[in-house]
Amino acid sequence: MAFAVLAVSRGEPVNAAWMVTAALCAYAIGYRFYSRFIATKVLELDATRVTPAARHEDGLDYVPTNRFVLFGHHFAAIAGAGPLVGPVLAAQMGYLPGTIWILAGAVLAGAVQDFVILGLSVRRDGRSLGDIIRMEMGPAAGYVASIGIALIMIILMAVVGLVVVKALAGSPWGCFTVFATLPIALLMGLYGRYVRPGRVGEMSLIGVVLLFLAIVYGRTVAETPELAAMFTFSGESLALMMMAYGFVAAVLPVWLILAPRDYLSTFLKIGTIVALALGILIMMPDMKMPAVTRFIDGTGPVFTGNLFPFLFITIACGSVSGFHALVSSGTTPKMLESEPQARFIGYGGMLTESAVAIMAMIAASIIDPGLYFAMNSPAALIGTTADHAAQVISGLGFGVDGDTLTAAAHDMGETTLLSRSGGAPTFAVGLANILASAVGGRGMLAYWYHFGILFEALFILTTIDAGTRVARFLIQDLIGTVVPTFRNTGSWAGNIVATALVVGGWGSILYQGVVDPLGGINTLWPLFGISNQMLAALALTLATVVLCKMKRERYAWITGAPTVWLLVCTLTAGWQKLFHESPAIGFLAHARKFADAAAAGQVLAPAKSMAQMNQIVMNDRIDAAMCAIFMAVVVATAIFGVRSIRKALRSPERTAREYGLEGFEVSRA
Amino acid sequence: MLKVLWRRICETAALMIGLPDYERYAAHVRAHHPDRPVMNRAEFVAERMSRRYEGRGAGRCC
Repeated sequence: MAFAVLAVSRGEPVNAAWMVTAALCAYAIGYRFYSRFIATKVLELDATRVTPAARHEDGLDYVPTNRFVLFGHHFAAIAGAGPLVGPVLAAQMGYLPGTIWILAGAVLAGAVQDFVILGLSVRRDGRSLGDIIRMEMGPAAGYVASIGIALIMIILMAVVGLVVVKALAGSPWGCFTVFATLPIALLMGLYGRYVRPGRVGEMSLIGVVLLFLAIVYGRTVAETPELAAMFTFSGESLALMMMAYGFVAAVLPVWLILAPRDYLSTFLKIGTIVALALGILIMMPDMKMPAVTRFIDGTGPVFTGNLFPFLFITIACGSVSGFHALVSSGTTPKMLESEPQARFIGYGGMLTESAVAIMAMIAASIIDPGLYFAMNSPAALIGTTADHAAQVISGLGFGVDGDTLTAAAHDMGETTLLSRSGGAPTFAVGLANILASAVGGRGMLAYWYHFGILFEALFILTTIDAGTRVARFLIQDLIGTVVPTFRNTGSWAGNIVATALVVGGWGSILYQGVVDPLGGINTLWPLFGISNQMLAALALTLATVVLCKMKRERYAWITGAPTVWLLVCTLTAGWQKLFHESPAIGFLAHARKFADAAAAGQVLAPAKSMAQMNQIVMNDRIDAAMCAIFMAVVVATAIFGVRSIRKALRSPERTAREYGLEGFEVSRA
Repeated sequence: MLKVLWRRICETAALMIGLPDYERYAAHVRAHHPDRPVMNRAEFVAERMSRRYEGRGAGRCC
């Protein structure tokens, strides 16, 4: 019904209420019928089975937990920057294609993945995704999977780092508030360690209050020229600072900076999501972006490439995210009270995440399309002055004038909003418009905008510092197999070398993105999307294999169909990114263009010297290599999957292994 | 009723940052492992905090 309204109401602004209704109806139907079918018929969840939480209860890792409490934990673990950024970028094609993929993808693929992996892990003593792949598909498949997981972490950190850099470059107010989180975290850490040990509630409350004071004082910083100059940085220096931060935070004890910052960002994240949901429900803003724009032909300025496959790669996390498979086989299965609750937590958790993506889509669609394209197009296209940008964008068919753009920037407390790609600033403008119409009016816009920026920057920095630390342990473990002293995580030499390797890995990609003339996001976000979908394809392949090994192959389509779809999407996108003849899409074509020019002694814009030309060629080749590795991982996993499935189908008996009365045994009926 | 709700909200907030219920932990150790020492609240929080970032598991989501 609501879909129909979305589809037919062309030419007049559609109210966000219809989008909310459409989404809620899709979720309700999916949850009520499809997830119930999966729970009872496919996974045959059984309330009488003992869960890992009850079997190993220790009050620490294994704790049977109330399902609403556990839902909160699970949602906080899966929610991140992805569902906020992806839909904003996808809005260049209009809100309709993205919305349909967010809803269909979540109900049929994303939530199924989260739910089934959670179910499999609970039946296997809360084992991790890598362990289950090793168990059910063999050690070789497990090895390929761990390479994939390590790579996706590196690329994730680089891409989200780039989102923060884009939001903060040349913004003293934003920089000041984000920098202020460091002393605040330090203060919280010392308070929680020495003043009132263990009182995390008090410590977090103090942090949140100080954070709001920092946002308010940020305005003074931005309006005082001497202070503003101190906090105005270029993208390059921000990238270097971020690397230094990631390094320091990963090496120091966690209680000092990392943990308090993480606590702050978690509470702020949940609070903001709730506030935004309420804001949209109360305000019901009109959407100004057309349902479908002319950029579905693949010529859009935000990301290049056709609707298929690039829309499906761009919106990764809001509809299906491989990362969630890691959470669903991480802490959550160790805390489930009873098996059937996996449905509410796994499937329901992903639907909530998808709702966040819908809100991001609404936030991007309620701002003026002219402003949207001014914020999200690279400077190479629209130039650096408001008038020139307005001219270019009006030429694209989205009428806007330079004064409007300048006024919008001024409203948000910034000197310019041009080319603030990466999704975060656009989302913050949408958020500011929604929240300011509820609280504070136009005068509060700038505060809400910087609140939005801070909120995203905070939890992205948490992804970076916690991720660097986790990757550091992985590397120490890996090198430790050759040089045993390296494994000692207390050794400073081992710590520093491993951390430097990790930071160097994501840092070099990040830096390359910052200096990228196309804005970086344009290049790197698809790479991240491909890697995330790759991980999802891996998890869904595993699920399909296990269903076949349980002799439930008649239901194998439930995970098999999304697997095939993801394989088609990632492989097509990967192939185009590698070999597409247009330099705007294909990495190799772009490298060739610059290499040929360099050989002829020419310097192509935006490079300014021969060294930069060679740098661009080098970057393209690195991107191409990463893309090729992702594709190899996907193909290898698909081959392992097909092999395991054929073996399972030939066997007359069940071959899946579950944790039963006697430890691990072949699954019971 | 409201008291239970508030308790649940606090419990959820704590678990979001990786802290399970301390009382429950202490009761469990006393009941099932009387031979083991029970960590006090501060030790418990510190232990959970270092476990959260230790590297097992997947780190952070997107």
